[in-house]
Amino acid sequence: MPQAPKNAAGINEKHIGKRQRMTATAASWIGQSIERVEDAALLSGRGRFIDDLGVRPGTLHAAILRSQHAHAAIRAIRADTARQAPGVAVVLTGRDVASLSASLAVGVKAPIECWPIALDRVRYVGEPVAVVVAADRYLAEDALDLIEIDYDPLPAIVDPLAALDPAQPPLHDGLGSNIANDRSFCYGDPERAFSEAARRVSVSIHYPRNSCTPIETYGLIAEYDPGEQAYDVLANFMGPFSLHSVMARALKVPGNRLRLRTPPDSGGSFGIKQGLFPYIVLIAVAARAAGKPVKWIEDRLEHLAASVSATNRATKLDAAVDADGRVRALAWDQIEDVGAHIRAPEPATLYRMHGVLTGAYDIRHVSVRNRVVLTNKTPTGLNRGFGGPQVYYALERLMQRIAVELKLDPIDVIRRNLVPADAFPYRTATGGLLDSGNYAHTVDIALADGGYADLRKRCERARAEGRIYGIGSVAVVEPSVSNMGYITTVLTPQERRRAGPKNGAHATATVALDPLGSVSVHVASVPQGQGHRTVLAQIVADALGLTPADIRVVAELDTGRDAWSIASGNYSSRFAGAVGGAAHLAAMKLKAKLQRIAAAQLNVPVGEIEFAGGRVHARGNPDNAVSFTRVAAASHWSPGTQADGDHALRETVFWTPPELTAPTEDDGINSSLCYGFIFDFCGVEIDRVTGAVRIDKYVTMHDCGRVLHPAMVAGQITGGFAHAVGAALYEEYAYASDGSFLTGTFADYLVPTTMEVPALTILHVETPSPFTPLGAKGVGEGNCMSTPVCLANAVADALGIAEINLPMTPAKLAAHVHPAEGAPRRAQNVPATKPFAGRRLHGSGSADVKAAPEAVWRMLLDPGTLAAIIPGCHGVEKLSDTHFRAAVTLGVGPVSGRYSAEIILSQLVPPKSVTLTGSVTGALGDGRGAGRIALAASEQGGTRISYDYDAEIGGKVASVAGRLLDGATRLVIRQFFEALARHAGGAARTGLFARLRAIFRRRP
Amino acid sequence: MPRLSAEARHRVAFQLNGRPVAAEAEPRMLLTDFLRHTLGMTGTHVGCEHGVCGACTVQIDGVPARACLTLAVQIEGAQVRTVEGLGPEPGRLSVLQEAFRRHHALQCGFCTAGILMSLDYYLRANPDPGEAALREFLGGHLCRCTGYVPILAAALDAARRLREPPPHA
Amino acid sequence: MKPARFDYVRAETLAQVHAVLAAEGGDARVIAGGQTLLPMLSMRLARPKVVVDIMRLPELAEIAGDGENIRIGAAVTQQQLLAWPELARTVPLLAAALPWVGHAQTRSRGTVCGSLAHADPSAEIPLALLALEGTLELSSRRRRRVPAAQFFTGLMSTARADDEMIEAAIFPCRRAGHGYAFQEFGRRHGDFAIVACAAVAHARGIRLAVGGVADRPIARDYSDIDGAALDDALDEFAWQLDARDDLHATASYRRGLVRRLGRATIEEARRCRA
Repeated sequence: MPQAPKNAAGINEKHIGKRQRMTATAASWIGQSIERVEDAALLSGRGRFIDDLGVRPGTLHAAILRSQHAHAAIRAIRADTARQAPGVAVVLTGRDVASLSASLAVGVKAPIECWPIALDRVRYVGEPVAVVVAADRYLAEDALDLIEIDYDPLPAIVDPLAALDPAQPPLHDGLGSNIANDRSFCYGDPERAFSEAARRVSVSIHYPRNSCTPIETYGLIAEYDPGEQAYDVLANFMGPFSLHSVMARALKVPGNRLRLRTPPDSGGSFGIKQGLFPYIVLIAVAARAAGKPVKWIEDRLEHLAASVSATNRATKLDAAVDADGRVRALAWDQIEDVGAHIRAPEPATLYRMHGVLTGAYDIRHVSVRNRVVLTNKTPTGLNRGFGGPQVYYALERLMQRIAVELKLDPIDVIRRNLVPADAFPYRTATGGLLDSGNYAHTVDIALADGGYADLRKRCERARAEGRIYGIGSVAVVEPSVSNMGYITTVLTPQERRRAGPKNGAHATATVALDPLGSVSVHVASVPQGQGHRTVLAQIVADALGLTPADIRVVAELDTGRDAWSIASGNYSSRFAGAVGGAAHLAAMKLKAKLQRIAAAQLNVPVGEIEFAGGRVHARGNPDNAVSFTRVAAASHWSPGTQADGDHALRETVFWTPPELTAPTEDDGINSSLCYGFIFDFCGVEIDRVTGAVRIDKYVTMHDCGRVLHPAMVAGQITGGFAHAVGAALYEEYAYASDGSFLTGTFADYLVPTTMEVPALTILHVETPSPFTPLGAKGVGEGNCMSTPVCLANAVADALGIAEINLPMTPAKLAAHVHPAEGAPRRAQNVPATKPFAGRRLHGSGSADVKAAPEAVWRMLLDPGTLAAIIPGCHGVEKLSDTHFRAAVTLGVGPVSGRYSAEIILSQLVPPKSVTLTGSVTGALGDGRGAGRIALAASEQGGTRISYDYDAEIGGKVASVAGRLLDGATRLVIRQFFEALARHAGGAARTGLFARLRAIFRRRP
Repeated sequence: MPRLSAEARHRVAFQLNGRPVAAEAEPRMLLTDFLRHTLGMTGTHVGCEHGVCGACTVQIDGVPARACLTLAVQIEGAQVRTVEGLGPEPGRLSVLQEAFRRHHALQCGFCTAGILMSLDYYLRANPDPGEAALREFLGGHLCRCTGYVPILAAALDAARRLREPPPHA
Repeated sequence: MKPARFDYVRAETLAQVHAVLAAEGGDARVIAGGQTLLPMLSMRLARPKVVVDIMRLPELAEIAGDGENIRIGAAVTQQQLLAWPELARTVPLLAAALPWVGHAQTRSRGTVCGSLAHADPSAEIPLALLALEGTLELSSRRRRRVPAAQFFTGLMSTARADDEMIEAAIFPCRRAGHGYAFQEFGRRHGDFAIVACAAVAHARGIRLAVGGVADRPIARDYSDIDGAALDDALDEFAWQLDARDDLHATASYRRGLVRRLGRATIEEARRCRA
């Protein structure tokens, strides 16, 4: 039975896919949750992801050697052995790459370079240092092991606030400091508003680094044709294709000689696959050097350490507030940490939200100071939410604090400040143009339909039972379809005048007819799982009176063949508003021509031609009809019968909305085209024993304009929510104080599973955007902006605390639940501990030996003895009386690696004490440390050896096995002293461990 | 005693989706690479190569297992099942696959093969799973697109349909 | 992220395993399920010369009970043990702990003895073996038994000599009048434990074993104390475990969890006994 589809309405119904059946009278495919055309292949293992595609015979494989240091000068790279290794075609270092390419363009006006590989200095852990190209990946990794690099470690800057210190040496010599950009803005009269306001309320936050970590990593295959001096690259890059220009310039070819293609399927991106572009340059150069196609698939360790992430940001935000909670002015001070390079499109994360720094609120006075700083961390880039999470974490924590400090209801504070319904389109203080909405009404519906009153009762009940329960709420606007000009807000008006205006955002779509009259659609949107092909088929089917099954959509992009522009790609939630709209416009353009052809065939006026049910007919006379395919094929078979402009073959539309204007002289910027509205509230409970957060209830209300496919919208919201739960409670790219990267595996970078992501309630209202062809707005990123701070507001409410930063780990929260730990109840030796500073390890112990202090002293200074007692030592070379070099194999359990160790003895007080300063370097990592050894004569003529050490360990072991590192270090040091004790004729046991054994000995 | 030397490739014979196959692998070759690049079975995906994400999950001798935590040489003589063997015939989807499509339980589809291989096993062993148990079982997979809600819905729907086949079936 | 080269031995007899281990010592690694070894190989943290696969030895694939103990062979997977119908009745602590070991998709190949061999300080199976005062059966050309308390010598370090393999683990069966409980807290389900507790309550007192804090699981025995005396004992235990800060939790947080989770586990074990 055919089933007539309905217009988009009940979004809260179950989104069970519908078969593609439609009667001639049906209104619209848009708004229906039809099954996706993408899914049959993906569900049966027939997807075509980058690593699933075949390569040309002879294609080689690349592996990348990466820095283990956060900051170091490269003294020497020895790669000759690697070059001779089996299967190796070529080994490239930074110098080789630099000789074949140019630096990537940098987005701020500063004399600095940005290379895809380190030249003479590494600036973050994971920075590429050498590339091996070999017959397969296994052999390439074998050769990586053979490359030796001498580094001179330099102090690392990790904290963005420390980067402000002018005394710190600059990471880039072209800059006088580590502040790459410093701009101040003033809108309205914030100074006066602050002086007149009843209250000033402030928050300070540190937003952490996190990443949406797509399950498919980066991948690409590059080839160079020396005859045409052209590169051909297939990569799971997602755009923006403004970066194509950056890549072509770096490869020193015109744009038409970098043909960039994308595979049909991409395994998620969420912004992250923008960060592939430096690798496109790097591997393209490697392919040129190798003279063969080269394939590179990033592995997960590389991805976690060195792809891109959100920026971490330190923000101070102040509000000038009336006594009733009305916000008169905001003062923003944002310090944006973009990592070791300002890599394009950064510092875009900082400016993406610039037009909506007032969020959903009517606040007319704003001051902003934006500083972009460089630190020894991986360069940042696009990540779902892109600036929104950072801004809203500050703004919505501030709104909650206003409610607390003024003793107002948080919902009232939100409501009192919302942009009024009659003000749309509303120009924000900073230049944004909010397109449509009725925020207050939307909040009211959410509270009623989402059960806010019940949640309040639930909270009261829980608290009455002594449970730790809190409620959070937030209102945000979700920008979509970014203005390519917003990033130039980082430049001064003078600099912008010199550079020329940047604005707009071209979306493109092509609708084509073939000689059998079937319809194809091409877009430059590069989907990574968002079902673009399905939705475009719905849109074009509606325009042409067909079914989605009649339309074939090709969504992969080929810059050598397809219509595209700098705004192409899949980012900034631009699909529904811009790409879908462009496809609609292209279909309508083709339709207009088909109407003229059909009018001639059916002998009726053009205005009376209608398309429905696969037929083209005269209005009011369905029998006067011809099949769609016959009309659609006409221009192929009988073009001579049609006027010149009427040929209906292929229509391409480039669409850019006029609202996306360049920054104004006074720095106003409409940073995006559409602004959806989101209102969330939630209830959380904090476990008294563990401090863990349980999300008890979460309601999210969206106005994303017209909904094109309800189930996909629900999928975007649910997926974004899961990312946000991760950001709020689990995920952080953590760095030690020395710049070591600490979350190098999926066992330390904690991505939520089914166990951590609860179901949520999704509500909708629809206020179509007046600025997009279909009235749709983006919806993909909103919950990454709203949910982390909504959960934080609930946790702050539960614990009654003012300051809370993400991720809200159980250890962090337990510190607020339980009183500070006192001294041990029973007197005992409390181990000396220092606060966690990443990989800085501290320990001490003692051992009793039979030999006298003088004998032990001689052993410590004798290379032969050292060789015997240093764990895994293959021999000690004496460089001077107090300087030794040793080759050692250190290991714990099955983990072992070969290292080169240097030991320097100083502060020698024979035979009483000596300081050992040492370093070890090897493939698995590096360590530095200092230990003080004291010898004291014991009663039986022996010696008590006491030691105390501080060590810092970095590199691979720190990234992938940080949890075990402290124990491993202690074990190795213990091995040393046990061996020393054995050698000195003592009982082979250390005091520390003897004590432990006594402690743990079973009691009777 | 069969000692396979490190540098050489060695014949590995096993059953793949019910059919005998044999190909050569070095001892160090991971089953993921062997399936994908030696045998061309690219439906099994690689997401982390350290056993956490679950994208590479296949069935070995009837139970779900991480292909990235398995050496090709270990599956000599084993029964291996991959996503390519899930449908009843080419061009048709299984009840579970259909449920995934109906519930939009996939977006990019990269992690999906592993989840399907796990669930195919689980629903066989537990025809009437509770949501809590299902959640815990699926905790061995990472999906970054869907937020898991539609995956759970699809699994429960598939379980129901497998228990009560529709009358026309 | 691909392993370095190694030889592979598909052992057909125990003697073959012993011969390879005797010849190669620390350069050989036994592989059973490979769930811990494979990531180490792929990350090139471990680079053995030879990997010995013991999964084809039928004598290692048995779970055998004699009423006093159950003996779990080295090729028995965690999933096989979980599915063993006698488990909940005979070794309830193990039945409670096993679902916390990784995920179903790794328990399907990961072995019980492999987890013991690896001796991760946060691992559940070593903790359970220690709590129950179980034993390891090690074999080379000779054979010996090592109690759990002496087997775990430190971080990922055990009393197994380089030429030895673990042939079986022996878990004492549930005893009349004893109650058993297992509780764990990790960041996510399936993660390494931040703190895991296993408790045995009996007429004369209680035994509590804690994992995830020290460099190995540690057990303590107490008389039948409660109230402030138990608080004091747990506080003392918490301090003595020499907790350290790491990315996921501070030392102080771990000590707090030992006190609170330790008490909860003891109370649960007592309830089970009753």
